[in-house]
Amino acid sequence: MNDKTPFLDIRHARKSYGSLEVIKDISLTVDRGEIVAIIGPSGSGKSTFLRAINDLDPLTGGEVWLEGTQVNKKLPHRQYEKHINQVRQDIGMVFQHFNLFPHLSVRGNITLAPKMLKGLSDADANKLAEEQLDRVGMLDRIDFMPSQLSGGQKQRVAIARALAMKPKVMLFDEATSALDPELVEEVNQVMKKLASEHMTMIIVTHEMGFAESVCDRVLFMDQGVVVEEGPPSVIFRNPESERTRNFLRKHLEGVRS
Amino acid sequence: MGLDFSVVPKFMDVILLGGLWTVAITVCAALLSFFGGIFFAVVALYAPAVIRLPMRAFEWVFMGTPLLLQLFLIYFGLVQVGIDLPAFVAGVIGLGLHFAVYNSELIQTAIVAVDKGQMEAARTLGLSRGQALRKVVVPQAVRDVIPPIGNNMIALLKDSALVSVIGVSELTLSAQLAIGRTYRPFEFYLVAAVVYYIINLGMEYVLRKIERRIALAR
Repeated sequence: MNDKTPFLDIRHARKSYGSLEVIKDISLTVDRGEIVAIIGPSGSGKSTFLRAINDLDPLTGGEVWLEGTQVNKKLPHRQYEKHINQVRQDIGMVFQHFNLFPHLSVRGNITLAPKMLKGLSDADANKLAEEQLDRVGMLDRIDFMPSQLSGGQKQRVAIARALAMKPKVMLFDEATSALDPELVEEVNQVMKKLASEHMTMIIVTHEMGFAESVCDRVLFMDQGVVVEEGPPSVIFRNPESERTRNFLRKHLEGVRS
Repeated sequence: MGLDFSVVPKFMDVILLGGLWTVAITVCAALLSFFGGIFFAVVALYAPAVIRLPMRAFEWVFMGTPLLLQLFLIYFGLVQVGIDLPAFVAGVIGLGLHFAVYNSELIQTAIVAVDKGQMEAARTLGLSRGQALRKVVVPQAVRDVIPPIGNNMIALLKDSALVSVIGVSELTLSAQLAIGRTYRPFEFYLVAAVVYYIINLGMEYVLRKIERRIALAR
């Protein structure tokens, strides 16, 4: 890999369900350590686009490259499965509904994948779990079951679970949308901390304030295309596109009312 | 002529030994039906058609025909093709597979009902589909159907009386043996019924313990 190879490179991404096009030719490159927010109305394709990056929702056209490796390589089924399982270890993902494993303790949630996939011993996996939980301020809940945690705590554990795989990039799919308002801040704090540690992050969010304060770049998506992209100061304060302005205005009204 | 239980103590050891065999065959068949049920469920949901369709035909046979006939087929029928199973083994296989098919129906429904976010989260971490099923989806599905599976296991205990016809000297056959010696059917069938009931209580106790442990993990 030479210096000109982008860290994360999505080229001409397309996705359609039958005749319905949900992503229409989106290209995006992200540098190492960069933090990108994707905003837009629901149904704009932003979650689908995010989920295409680790091939959870496979694209119907285009390529995704991470550090010179093509994520959605065309391979025979068996080889592809092997390849994608390997690549996904490098791409952490956090979901709107946390998706913690309810039958496992907090510790079990975090150690499951490192033990299975990286062959960590119990002792090493425990140490890893403690480190990552400490990072999200949840070390004192290590032996709790997910059902005993609040939404914000669950999401912090889910972030720790993703971090335990030592990913190169983290994808956040509306990580705070399902939370009660008073629990949003603790998750935002964790994400801010990751930002300060220069974790590469792509964040689909409805929280404009958070996007503005944390992100290096903002993409506004609507109807499957990137309508406008730029630094948060431009997108939020002085957007060029009428559609961006309308969306932001409506969104602000929604927040105020 | 009234009831006379004075002959019972002399045959109590036979009856209790029969009770132990009933427990043994029930436990073995229950384990087979549990793990077999998981296996059938995963095959039914995820295996390619070449494996899935013959398996479904096999399940229809086990659901659509009498258990008694299945036991005859396994014990007497298979001998003709050179498979001569001991009666106990034939009984365990017949009972176990019969109830595995019923358990499989329950487990399939539960697997489908597990939130698909669970599979997604596991796959995102890098687990293969098989690993995700084994470590994340199936354990949750099984946990959800432990109570109805428990009901099936109580039915299995009661149906285990059927293996007396292929000569497993379990509780019912032992009672019959005692009756043959004493001509006291009412007394010994009553005693056998009491022993079945006691085993049943024991089983329910164990099942409740398992359910409580699982409830804690929710």
